Amino acid sequence: MSTAELTLTEDGIPLKEKLAKTTALQRRRALLLTLPLVIFLVVSFVFPIGQMLFSSVHNDKVSAVVPTFAEAIIQWDGEGLPSEQIFEIFVKDLAAAKKVREIGRTVGNMATRINYEMPGSRSLFTSTARKAKKIEAPYKENLIKVNKKWANPTIWLTMQRAARDITPAFYVAALDLKYDENGDIVRADELYQIYLNNFIKTLGVSALITLICVVLAYPVAYLLSVLPLRQANLLMIMVLLPFWTSLLVRTTAWIAILQTEGVINDMLVFMGFISDDGRIQMIYNQTGTIIAMVHILLPFMILPLYSVMKTIPPTYMRAALSMGAKPLYAYRKVYLPQTLPGLAAGTLLVFILAIGYYITPALVGGEDGLLISNLIAYHIQKSLNWSLGAALGTLLLAVVLILYWLYNKLIGIDKLRFG
Amino acid sequence: MSAESPLVRFENIQKSYDGEILVVKDFNLDVAKGEFVTMLGPSGSGKTTCLMMLAGFEPATNGEIYLKGKPINKVPPYKRGIGMVFQNYALFPHMTVAENLSFPLEVRGISRSERETRVKRALDMVQLGEFGGRRPMQLSGGQQQRVAVARSLVFDPDLVLMDEPLGALDKNLREQMQYEIKHLHEQLGLTVVYVTHDQTEALTMSNRIAVFDDGIVQQCAAPAALYENPENAFVANFIGENNRIMGTVKNIDGEHVSVTADSGDNIVAHKVNIENVGDRTTLSLRPERVFVSPEEGSVDNVFSAKVEELIYHGDHIRTRFKVCGHDDFIVKVPNSAKHSALQENNTVNIGWKVEDCLALDA
Ligand SMILES: Nc1ncnc2c1ncn2[C@@H]1O[C@H](COP(=O)(O)OP(=O)(O)OP(=O)(O)O)[C@@H](O)[C@H]1O
Ligand SMILES: [Mg+2]
Repeated sequence: MSTAELTLTEDGIPLKEKLAKTTALQRRRALLLTLPLVIFLVVSFVFPIGQMLFSSVHNDKVSAVVPTFAEAIIQWDGEGLPSEQIFEIFVKDLAAAKKVREIGRTVGNMATRINYEMPGSRSLFTSTARKAKKIEAPYKENLIKVNKKWANPTIWLTMQRAARDITPAFYVAALDLKYDENGDIVRADELYQIYLNNFIKTLGVSALITLICVVLAYPVAYLLSVLPLRQANLLMIMVLLPFWTSLLVRTTAWIAILQTEGVINDMLVFMGFISDDGRIQMIYNQTGTIIAMVHILLPFMILPLYSVMKTIPPTYMRAALSMGAKPLYAYRKVYLPQTLPGLAAGTLLVFILAIGYYITPALVGGEDGLLISNLIAYHIQKSLNWSLGAALGTLLLAVVLILYWLYNKLIGIDKLRFG
Repeated sequence: MSAESPLVRFENIQKSYDGEILVVKDFNLDVAKGEFVTMLGPSGSGKTTCLMMLAGFEPATNGEIYLKGKPINKVPPYKRGIGMVFQNYALFPHMTVAENLSFPLEVRGISRSERETRVKRALDMVQLGEFGGRRPMQLSGGQQQRVAVARSLVFDPDLVLMDEPLGALDKNLREQMQYEIKHLHEQLGLTVVYVTHDQTEALTMSNRIAVFDDGIVQQCAAPAALYENPENAFVANFIGENNRIMGTVKNIDGEHVSVTADSGDNIVAHKVNIENVGDRTTLSLRPERVFVSPEEGSVDNVFSAKVEELIYHGDHIRTRFKVCGHDDFIVKVPNSAKHSALQENNTVNIGWKVEDCLALDA
């Protein structure tokens, strides 16, 4: 039969078509089974991430409070002070906004938004708003009379930027940058440079945690893979124990063990290694964060390593030895390369989990143990600057994706073995 | 070291894994240079264990192993210079075939160019010259097997150990590989210690076979001797097919014994390892050494037997008789005009010579 000819089934339908038809139902049924998961993922994952990406560049606190003014100031050329007309619109908008009580649309909300970019400007808005109803023409002159800060062009430039709903301002802030008086982007003052340093610190701490996990997990996983089943199961239970106790309980246990009045310090004092007032600070700092997080993340390193090691028969090492390789050389050339897929998977898993970890550093990290996710949480929960939180979150996501991409380039995601 | 001292000597080797059971009980074996010695035995009889002790992966619990006259119990495996082929080949999956072969040479600090020529030569030797760049996974079972053999030989070891190397191959390939390994053995003058539980493989390949059972070497001899003159009932039963008749020794007369079978029949047999009158004995008879309707005087034992079953095998007819109280007595009857008249349920005379009927331990 020539290749151009179609293969037909008995009843004359092309084979391909028939096959597609018979498998279609099966496939549709399989898809239907995954539907709950797909819906769940969309609701809990895709949608929130989209929301986050959106709020990191979107903030309408100015245009929502003083809509007419927002439209007008955007048209302004930015030279000197805005025109008398714009001042008039501003005063009237402000007077109207003063009456609004709806949460998220008050003058206070707008003032907070502008205060992000011009620290100290908040009271200017709230106090002026109170007097806005009484201000009359000429608006420019009278507004400046109410508060002479209105004569500063910077405040109008800042308002112009904030009037735009879509703004890069929060990424500017998240990257420790700011706008200067002329609206150019420059480095923030040293005192305000917190995020980049914290990003670097988070990456460093995560790398250290990952490294410690590798060093601790490798021998354990090896032992697991060679021990007889009974002992291996027992060891496995101990490895998995952290998964079976609540995160909070574990973290609290670490506090009990590590604190200055805790078990370890007591023992050291008792045995005379340190004096009573020389107790070591092991918690509420970076050390505490690292210790507790290594403990929590260790299983994520052990399990992929173990699953790979389990499949490596001991004959490989024996073969290498029989060919004259010394044990260390044989290990390096024969065993280690075969565990790389597990090692890579474990490293990726632990590192990415560590980068985004929040609860443990919050509980045992103290001041210097705080990581980037704690700052994000601060902006979402305390300062309520959601846009900045979202921008930081997006940057974190970007870092993770870049790492993932790098990993793929270097090792190949298809080579990873997670379990 | 004298010229005659064997390449390998196991001396009173005992081995226990758990301190309770002796897996190897008292193992003695000499392997001369250039010999092909096979350890043959049922599963769990301690063959691999002996090989592992020789390779250095398991310590001997008692006794001493000598390599070229020197005791090696304390020599680590990587210093023994023994080539090894594992049952599942143990080709390193993350290396190409050429890198696999080059590994033992790298370890020995051999220069790159020298390595390349030797790898090439070894691959050519097993007819895999084109496959150096492939990964083991991309080869068929038989090809992997050949790579494993090439890798065990590439560093010119004094001794090569093979642990059921053909176990995973199908029958045709296994026979072809048996031939190839045998050929390499002769061509390169190798000394090989080979493990298998396939008796045909052992019989066709070896200079000598050590038959293992229960941690003990039951007999160590050339293939023909094992088949023709088994020293005990286990060996007779394990090597080739045999008919067994149980009985009691009635009289011993030099080489000949007369035995009363449990059915009451009197049989004259060749004495092998029975001691006293009154002992229980197993009489062993090869199916091809039994004659149907023998001519008067040509055999020493004649019994009338009932044909139970005929199985046509082309060149011979496998016939199951009922004789001397056993109804599973197999005779290979040549497919000749003389015997074509055999019918089921007929009764005929069958007989055998004294020297073909071995009186062994019970
Ligand atoms: N590492 C071990 N620990 C404990 N017992 C073992 C170990 N290795 C083997 N044994 C026991 O020793 C006995 C002999 O094992 P061995 O592997 O030598 O048998 P073998 O003759 O090679 O069998 P096979 O033909 O199935 O490979 C067996 O009963 C086995 O259960
Ligand atoms: Mg074995």
